[in-house]
Amino acid sequence: MSENNLLSPNSAPHSDVEDIKVRSNYLRGQLEEVLEDRITASIPEDENRLMKFHGSYMQDDRDLRNERSKQKLEPAYQFMLRVRAPGGVVTPEQWLMMDRVAQAYSSGTIRLTTRQSVQLHGILKWNMKKTIQEVHNSMLTTLAACGDVNRNVMCNPNPNQSDIHAEVYHWASRLSEHLEPQTKAYHEIWLDGEKVLDSRDNGTEEEQEPIYGKVYLPRKFKIGIAVPPSNDVDVFSQDLGLIAVTENGKLKGFNVAVGGGMGMTHGDVKTYPQVAQVIGFCTPEQVIDVAEKTVTIQRDYGDRSVRKHARFKYTIDDRGIDWFVDELTRRLGWTLEAAKPYQFDHHGDRYGWVKGNGGKWHFTLFIENGRIKDEENYLLMTGLREIAKLHTGDFRLTANQNLIISNVTTAKKKKIDELIAKYGITSGEHYTALKLNSMACVALPTCGLAMAESERYLPTLLGKMEPLLEENGLREDEIVIRMTGCPNGCARPALAELSFIGKAPGKYNMYLGGGFAGERLNKLYKENIGETEILDSLRVLFAHYAKERREGEHFGDFTIRAGYVKEVRSGQDFHA
Amino acid sequence: MLEFQVTNSPFNQEQAELLNRLLPSLTDTQRLWLSGYLAAVQGTAAAAISAPAGGAQGLATAGSTVDSGPVVSKEVTVLFGSQTGNSSGLAKKLGKRLEEQGFQVTLSSMGDFKPNTLKKIENLLVLVSTHGEGEPPDSAIAFYEFLHSKRAPQLDNLRYSVLALGDTSYEFFCQTGKDFDKRLAELGGKELAPRVDCDVDFAEPASEWMNQVLGALAQGAGNGAGAVGSSATPSSVVCEAESEYSRSNPFQAEVLENLNLNGRGSDRETRHVEISLEGSNLQYEPGDSLGIYPENHPRLADELIEAMGWDGNESVSVYKQGETRSLREALLRYFEITVLTKPLLKQLAELTGNSGLKDLLDPSKTEELRTYLSERDLLDLVQDYSLKGIPAGQFVSLLRKIPPRLYSIASSLKASPDEVHVTVRAVRYESNGRNRYGVCSVQLADRIQPGDSLPVFIQHNPNFKLPDNPETPVIMIGPGTGVAPFRAFLSEREETGAQGKTWLFYGDQHFSTDFLYQVEWQRWLKEGVLTRMDVAFSRDTEQKVYVQHRMLEKSRELYEWLQEGAVIYVCGDEKKMAHDVHAALATILEQEGRFSPEEASEYLTRMQQQKRYQRDVY
Repeated sequence: MSENNLLSPNSAPHSDVEDIKVRSNYLRGQLEEVLEDRITASIPEDENRLMKFHGSYMQDDRDLRNERSKQKLEPAYQFMLRVRAPGGVVTPEQWLMMDRVAQAYSSGTIRLTTRQSVQLHGILKWNMKKTIQEVHNSMLTTLAACGDVNRNVMCNPNPNQSDIHAEVYHWASRLSEHLEPQTKAYHEIWLDGEKVLDSRDNGTEEEQEPIYGKVYLPRKFKIGIAVPPSNDVDVFSQDLGLIAVTENGKLKGFNVAVGGGMGMTHGDVKTYPQVAQVIGFCTPEQVIDVAEKTVTIQRDYGDRSVRKHARFKYTIDDRGIDWFVDELTRRLGWTLEAAKPYQFDHHGDRYGWVKGNGGKWHFTLFIENGRIKDEENYLLMTGLREIAKLHTGDFRLTANQNLIISNVTTAKKKKIDELIAKYGITSGEHYTALKLNSMACVALPTCGLAMAESERYLPTLLGKMEPLLEENGLREDEIVIRMTGCPNGCARPALAELSFIGKAPGKYNMYLGGGFAGERLNKLYKENIGETEILDSLRVLFAHYAKERREGEHFGDFTIRAGYVKEVRSGQDFHA
Repeated sequence: MLEFQVTNSPFNQEQAELLNRLLPSLTDTQRLWLSGYLAAVQGTAAAAISAPAGGAQGLATAGSTVDSGPVVSKEVTVLFGSQTGNSSGLAKKLGKRLEEQGFQVTLSSMGDFKPNTLKKIENLLVLVSTHGEGEPPDSAIAFYEFLHSKRAPQLDNLRYSVLALGDTSYEFFCQTGKDFDKRLAELGGKELAPRVDCDVDFAEPASEWMNQVLGALAQGAGNGAGAVGSSATPSSVVCEAESEYSRSNPFQAEVLENLNLNGRGSDRETRHVEISLEGSNLQYEPGDSLGIYPENHPRLADELIEAMGWDGNESVSVYKQGETRSLREALLRYFEITVLTKPLLKQLAELTGNSGLKDLLDPSKTEELRTYLSERDLLDLVQDYSLKGIPAGQFVSLLRKIPPRLYSIASSLKASPDEVHVTVRAVRYESNGRNRYGVCSVQLADRIQPGDSLPVFIQHNPNFKLPDNPETPVIMIGPGTGVAPFRAFLSEREETGAQGKTWLFYGDQHFSTDFLYQVEWQRWLKEGVLTRMDVAFSRDTEQKVYVQHRMLEKSRELYEWLQEGAVIYVCGDEKKMAHDVHAALATILEQEGRFSPEEASEYLTRMQQQKRYQRDVY
């Protein structure tokens, strides 16, 4: 822990969040007291900072803010709770638990996230403990689903190669466990665990948080494992991306990529999305060590004074990739092998039934923007509940906010097919390929960061784009489209061929030119435009693309060749 | 002007016809003179009536009074038992009039009155209201109990009269007044003037009673009689408040703000209404109430007109003075059509000879009648008993005047000059196949916009007042709209900088939508105007939690506050909440103070007497 320091490398004063973490006594703070306060459904901002480490953000229903203010009511404070599952694998029992708590304590819907987690929205403060206890009792956790720690470890759900998935999933789980915070605060606060009054009674800093120390990381840290040819996890968006290298159906190891990340701030060119760079190869047995040392380098060198500049990508870009490789080698005591060749074809999901090489069946269904709910004409939530009741395999959440009913035996397939038919659960066969490759973040009304609509608006916009696709014969062409309500990048918009990032209500920045397999960043095409201008632009773009594209040329590649935007090779050129 | 008939007046056919001929021909001056004359004559008659009832001793007393001159006989004690302030308001007016007549007046709330002085009193005037199931007001309970106990002294030298306030829509109408009257007679008191029982529209009968009392006292006092007779004034003047605007002359106040305090998704609708008092000179203190004269729901009035086959444009008399209005307007603004009373049913039964109504009024059907009265309105009545055919003019002359609604004021004049705020929960429910609406609350919720005006007046409530000493700790218990006066209390204390501790208990159904004035309590907590706050939201948890549960959870601290001299205020629902809170207070005394149940009960009664336990419950 000697290298752990509170000050940023440039000796600027550390940010207030660092103070909060230090004072928190390993993420305890005053959480227990403020949860007991019945006069407000909110918690103070300092405690909310700590709450994130426990997997939750305080939010409020922004649709009601002004109305409630007039009514002399505080904002409709509520909590978003993120349930973490490495690789997005959950059992039917766990699914039923989430379904139950969603009905009992949250808004009655389940939100699948872009990091293979589940979000429950609208939980009141006084129901948080009960909800977290239910999550814990079903062997899932919310700890470290948010906060300045390693987040949910993603991995390709890979329905086709069941044996490879099993191996990769094993390492995703090991990484997740290894990098999980060790503090007992989570047990004390939520699970009525025995209290440790003084942290000194509980051992040294090394004993309490051997990897993170008492200040944890300067910022969130993300790990994802891709299995080519699918880059569904957007491996280049990760702080630490691992690309599985296989040989004859066996996992040989991982290419290691570092320094990716999506978030930026409008109007601040020092912030930018970045793609991770591949620095070498390690064996499966070495991957835990590589991850731990990478995390500790970021812990010790990451910027603790400016949170906007605290992600790992800036640590690397500021010092250079060679510096990082040297430092990693020093900490590992050995050198990574040279990277192995790999090839990605796409980063979207492949829908419908497939038979895996273990003889089991997998059904990937399309979930619009990851939102599972019952609507008048589409009882998706009920249908999935009924399936979960008889399903003997598992569920896999995909990185594109979709769901796979996985490991279905041939015997059960018929019954599940009946339920799929009964509830009209769709793999999206009637949708445009554009819609099937779409993704939006939650945004309004719950997300405090949103500047514009996203989840509630993208379906409308897609509907208006559909005639333009039809006119140009592009209905079956896959174009990856993503929308977010702010530039923090939850739906990884910077890696889409076509994306929209919210600037103000009804106004978006429009980006073009991302790589079809998630290997290249896109670039700003038009700034601060509304729906009419969006559709006018697309009318021209789609017509041009349909007419002049080359054989097999993807939309993102075309927009660069046709000169609409310049190719972005590194995030440092994103604003250039 | 009211057309006198056998059915609506105490006169026989001949008298009624004579009066109907005579009265409309009188000038204002003649009417004024006649009313004064009749009042004085009536006073004499009442005294004469009381003489036989009192027997020889009574006469002797009266005689000795005359002999011994005005010094002894001119002492009058006026005792009032008031819950919402009506009795105390009337008592003050009576006191003033007595003083003007040269009487030496002792005016006191029953709560402040020392019963051991009762024996020395010669002239006692009692003004008391009745609540709930025939119960005395809080401030009257101790005196009521004393008088009905074995400790009550013989009162053979006492002359008294009782003015009872009540509401005929309640089964035990004016019961407390009746009880006092009966008990004072039992103890040997002589009736100075017959008891008068007032319905919600009490102004006229109350002033008639005052005239009678003044007349009787003047007779007893000998040389005072002439003065009373000559100074007798029309009854309406008596009940006027000191300010220009009053219950009988409401101020047309502009509504400044009218919003729903309940968030989306709530089962409730609670209106926060801000009203301008600018130009009225109306003054109030925290704890006082605002009276609002409402209008009936237009749909109910129209349905009633339709059911009776009336013409809404027909002209009908609205007040005894002979003003007329269209029937529709009369039903909207002048008469009560949502509440049924037993006297009304009786009059209608006599008028129509309706056998069904007569059957319902049969003494054997008390329970049925009670149920019927509590659940139905005038439209139900005319439909259920096929009363179509009664002329509109005749029908409305039987109806009560629409009474004002009283709401605990939720603002402080110091914090919001020239404004008054009220907190009103819209009452809507379905019963017997029809939607029912609270008259005033739904008018406020559905039909009143900022810019509209409402006839209002201030109803002072001396029984719900902040302690004189700003250091005294204050405990406030006010779930639902019961929290309104505590918003006034805290606004006031914020302005005056009172330093004493404050503790508010609040509750409703749901935290998210029903936490009335939430951000204001939060601010006062932060700034220290409010020291503590405990809330109970009954529908947020599996087990329903109410304010009394929170009180019991904090019993130790609460008891400590009581020991420090805290004053307890309870506002809101009488039937359940106030009872449960009272029981919780007793439990806390037993639990923390080792009181026996009897001691706890006595302690609470004593607290009420000392005004350390004040209630504004309804």
